[in-house]
Amino acid sequence: MLDFFKSLFKPQGSGATAKERLRLVLLSDHLSLAPETIDALKADLFDVFSRYFEYDASQAEVTFDHREREVAMLASVPILRVRERTLPPVALAPVAVAVAPDPPAIAEPEPELEPVEAEAVEAGPAPVAALEPEKLPIAPAAPRPRKRRRKRNAAASNGKAGVQPGLSAGHSAQA
Amino acid sequence: MAGRRIVITSGKGGVGKTTTTANLGAALAKRGYKVVLVDTDIGLRNLDLVLGVEKRIVFDLVEVVEGRCQVRQALIRDKRFTSLHLLPAAQTRDKTAVTEAQMDALIGELAEEADFVLIDCPAGIEHGFRNAVAGAREGIVVTTPEVSAIRDADRVVGKLKERGLPHTLIVNRIRPEMVASGEMMTVDDVRDVLRTEILGIIPDDEEVIDTTNRGEPLVLDPNQRLAPIYLKIARRLEGEKIPLTRLESQTFLTKLFSIWKAG
Repeated sequence: MLDFFKSLFKPQGSGATAKERLRLVLLSDHLSLAPETIDALKADLFDVFSRYFEYDASQAEVTFDHREREVAMLASVPILRVRERTLPPVALAPVAVAVAPDPPAIAEPEPELEPVEAEAVEAGPAPVAALEPEKLPIAPAAPRPRKRRRKRNAAASNGKAGVQPGLSAGHSAQA
Repeated sequence: MAGRRIVITSGKGGVGKTTTTANLGAALAKRGYKVVLVDTDIGLRNLDLVLGVEKRIVFDLVEVVEGRCQVRQALIRDKRFTSLHLLPAAQTRDKTAVTEAQMDALIGELAEEADFVLIDCPAGIEHGFRNAVAGAREGIVVTTPEVSAIRDADRVVGKLKERGLPHTLIVNRIRPEMVASGEMMTVDDVRDVLRTEILGIIPDDEEVIDTTNRGEPLVLDPNQRLAPIYLKIARRLEGEKIPLTRLESQTFLTKLFSIWKAG
């Protein structure tokens, strides 16, 4: 009986570890991807992220989820704040679009948003830092509103950006 | 109407394919079906030994394929279950002695007269596997709740899918007390990872070794703990809807008493 109660309060045993390891190894089996390739993908992904955001690397994770007919990649990246752009926006814009699904716009109370936004803007070296936060939505620079919108979403989801790039591998998953 | 042609396969060796084939075959025979078990593990035959008919082999599968004898001459009829037959593998030949087309034709011929033809597949996914699968129209994948067995089972599931064969899963050697303490993957975990419907759950039990030692299918004796489990699996195979017993989701006391009633 004691064993049973122990098992109730015990942290996850090796059974859960086995399941997680299997999910990962079967993913690379199915996609014909070496585990190192998946690691490299994660590194690249976080590298791209870090151009846009400062994020909490200790909490960031990329996982793969088996769906009925495909494998979906899910990234969970807690964003600390937005970085100022240092690279040409044209080159980066497609990436930004690709990782941002269009979640329904949530009307966010301004006071919650502003301090973070202001802090990020002030920290940045670019000349836009001079702009008042309130003026940002009507700023002429093309990438600004998008960035701001994402910031809102990030704030709305408790600092976590749920990203589903739809990396589906329908056919190879069946192979 | 031709009988069902089912390959029993696993990828990994030693997970219980042959024991499962023998006991499931015996269970189906006990339920009144005419059953032929085919050992396709050429060069490493064992189904004869598990069934306890090793001394009665006259001809084997390769000799049938090569036309040296009639199928009925090579079939061994079990003395305990008279509707259970074995077509033994050749022991002194290798797997290339038979082609996929020959195997398909042979199993087709057996299915003309039997309700169930269970094909015991060799381990691996090479020539022997392809032969065994070529004769089948559906599959049962046997696995144990261990990472290596499940990974190999996943490969086999993929191969069966490629061939368009419907298939189900038997999870063998579950140890309920380890599942309860989180030290073994649950049946749900195995099903999630392999994304395959479960036909049966068989607890780990010493009586498998004991009955195999003596060459007696354990469904022979209704007092054997696993006998009702194989009979349940046989009924599910016939199409009956019998819910699986969830070994791991029970409380300690019911678990203690229900290990024997699983399936």
